[in-house]
Amino acid sequence: MSQDIAQFKKDSPMSGTLRMDRMSHIWCPGCGIGSEVNAFAEAVKRSGIDPDKLAVVSGIGCTGRVAGYVDFDSIHTTHGRAIPVATGLKLARPDMKVVVFSGEGDLTGIGGNHFIHAARRNMDIVVICNNNFTYGMTGGQVTPTTPHSAVSSTTPFGNHEYPFNLPFLADAAGATYIARWTSMHSRNLIQSMEEALSRKGFSFIEIISPCTTLYLRRNRLGDGVDALQFYQENALLKHGADTRTLDLDFQGKITIGKFVEKDKPTYIEALDNQCVKVVGDDYELYGKTIPEREAEEKAEKARVAERRAAVLAEEEKARAKAGVVKVSAKIPVKAGAKKAVAKTTKKAAAATTKKVAAKTVTAKKTTAKSTTAKKAVVKTAKKAAPKAKAKAAVKKVAAKPATKKVAAKPAAKKTRK
Amino acid sequence: MNVKTMPADPKGVDSGPHFMDGDHALAEGALAAGCRFFAGYPITPSTETFERFAERAPEVGAMFIQMEDELSAIAANIGAVWGGQKVMTVTCGPGFSLMVENIGLAAMTETPMVICNVQRAGPSTGAPTLTAQQDMMQAKYGPHGDNAMIALSPDSPQECFDLAIEAFNLSEYYRVPVIILTDETVGHMHEKVVIPPADQIKVVPRNLFTGPKEDFRPYKFNSKGGNPMTRAGDGYRFHITGLTHNEKGYPVVTAEQNKIVVTHLMEKINGNADDIVRLEEDQIEGADVVVVSYGITSRIAVKAIQDARKEGIKVGSLRMITIWPFCEKRIRELAGKVKTFVVPELNYGQMVNEVERCAGGKSKVISVNHCGGAVHDPEVILEAIRKGSK
Repeated sequence: MSQDIAQFKKDSPMSGTLRMDRMSHIWCPGCGIGSEVNAFAEAVKRSGIDPDKLAVVSGIGCTGRVAGYVDFDSIHTTHGRAIPVATGLKLARPDMKVVVFSGEGDLTGIGGNHFIHAARRNMDIVVICNNNFTYGMTGGQVTPTTPHSAVSSTTPFGNHEYPFNLPFLADAAGATYIARWTSMHSRNLIQSMEEALSRKGFSFIEIISPCTTLYLRRNRLGDGVDALQFYQENALLKHGADTRTLDLDFQGKITIGKFVEKDKPTYIEALDNQCVKVVGDDYELYGKTIPEREAEEKAEKARVAERRAAVLAEEEKARAKAGVVKVSAKIPVKAGAKKAVAKTTKKAAAATTKKVAAKTVTAKKTTAKSTTAKKAVVKTAKKAAPKAKAKAAVKKVAAKPATKKVAAKPAAKKTRK
Repeated sequence: MNVKTMPADPKGVDSGPHFMDGDHALAEGALAAGCRFFAGYPITPSTETFERFAERAPEVGAMFIQMEDELSAIAANIGAVWGGQKVMTVTCGPGFSLMVENIGLAAMTETPMVICNVQRAGPSTGAPTLTAQQDMMQAKYGPHGDNAMIALSPDSPQECFDLAIEAFNLSEYYRVPVIILTDETVGHMHEKVVIPPADQIKVVPRNLFTGPKEDFRPYKFNSKGGNPMTRAGDGYRFHITGLTHNEKGYPVVTAEQNKIVVTHLMEKINGNADDIVRLEEDQIEGADVVVVSYGITSRIAVKAIQDARKEGIKVGSLRMITIWPFCEKRIRELAGKVKTFVVPELNYGQMVNEVERCAGGKSKVISVNHCGGAVHDPEVILEAIRKGSK
């Protein structure tokens, strides 16, 4: 029997993203965290990120246990300190994707200061916040987001405090990607997580989630299924909604969607920008020089696109087999957001010219001046891709100036010792 | 400590003679030891270390970040260690009190790091920023739960530099937070500091696991130093937690496992005290009185010792460079042989309790305490020596 279970765990589609040797998990039946972790695992798969280059950091509490179940580099920290630990990890390893997965009490109660400061710095991390309005691990106390008048073990006569509006808090603090979903909106959640994983900057995803054992029971709101039904009936999809309007009332409507997506230099980029401005040529970008970094970014993008394409193709195959029609892939974007279409085409272009991109990298590494590098790129590209379609795509890659926002031309000349 | 060392990376070594204070020397020592990450929060009298690192960081390719508080500063350092960096932070009493939370996490997860406590007079905000040595016990008993850490105490800017390197080496080998207990006087005292050439500085590199993935364990509960660790991105997909854990790093919350983990954490330091403890002794053989001192107080004591010798008193000096683990063995050896231990310190009497414990009633112990704010008058120590010799 136990052998069967071991085999079952090994064969699980989540094997490779979740630590199957640690299952079963500690979460209660009906809890939302399980489906969120599932969505996260799926999003990681789809995003094409190398699982070895992904780290998950959690704090304390029910959601704090996520780090223990995901099969990535993972740190289970002290209460409230997930974000600073993630900050340190990200700054030590800028090439890695760092995700903080924790609860609202951990992130915005004891860790509230770290939350706003990481958002202010636009630290390049993804923060996923399971908001179940309660401190579950300690028995259901009031949290910074518990709706006014809701009952908890420490507000037995109803909560008299006023809760945080988390998207507004994140927005005011400077987060560059803000979305809210419920644990029922699995597909949106997967897409949103995937978007957050594929971008730079401080990304914040709030997930409204049921705590059946404590919050729902104390407030006589039924079980997990009732909660999901409530979410279905009361969630209002409103992309780009003004974050000031996103307060949550007790059993009121829940506005969901992607509210903010904007570009802003990340902490490391801003540091480099400032130092290049002041120090000029003598300043070495943190970790690596501009050409090195650009080459790496391009290569990584190509790798990601390739993996992502493989995953999608596999899914398509499975769907075709099952006879299911494909669902639309992207979340529509509102004002101030990037053009999703352009993004996908860019990704596709990168995929088709994967080989070329790889050559681009080597060409760039060997040539010192960015202009010659560009020429070399076009040359190799022409040689490597005789087909018209590929050519066009290549031009697009090559036409993109080798300089980033950071890139002062002279700095590009410098090579690292 | 049988461990592979390598010469320092010349990039971080500013070789040559300098005229600098203890705080700056700490920063230089850290850079020489290969520290390339520094998250901190300003607090007098430690801020100079912090500022120097900020200025030097771009030159050596290091990352410096001023965090929003000490809680996050120490947490970011833990993150950076598991990202593969050597890290240091500085603070003083009030900041150290905030840091103990995650120093406990670092001890539990066996995360090597160096924390400098440039002590000032407390309690609470105390007397900013007058000198003191009031955090000696906090360095050992700060974090809750049983955990053993290493603490060193330099008495000069030169030693700040030297001990910073030593602290990194010890922390790498034993995978433990190492605390440098300096004080406002040493921190702000300018003296000659000679930084040797890079190839003369011995640095213990991070011992990274390199075997196959299925053999990887982030921990080994063998009560020894030298166990390998890993860093994010190497493909081993480690998990670390502040919970009681097994060798895989997975939580196992049982009484049996707690015993295994705590025994390892305590014994890897206390059981190897002979390898760790460093003392500086002077004319101890045949002495009637031994002055046990550390940090800035040891330099004040020198004057009292000299004066006492002029008076014909047989007095020896035992300077503790390592504070924790305590030099238990040496004090027990001397107990009964010497008449009196004289323990001057800038607090109400902290290390004296350790000396008294180890003396076990065989020798008299005189505490020369001084509540901080200023260093001793050597005359007070001399008076205690006179009393002790009778």
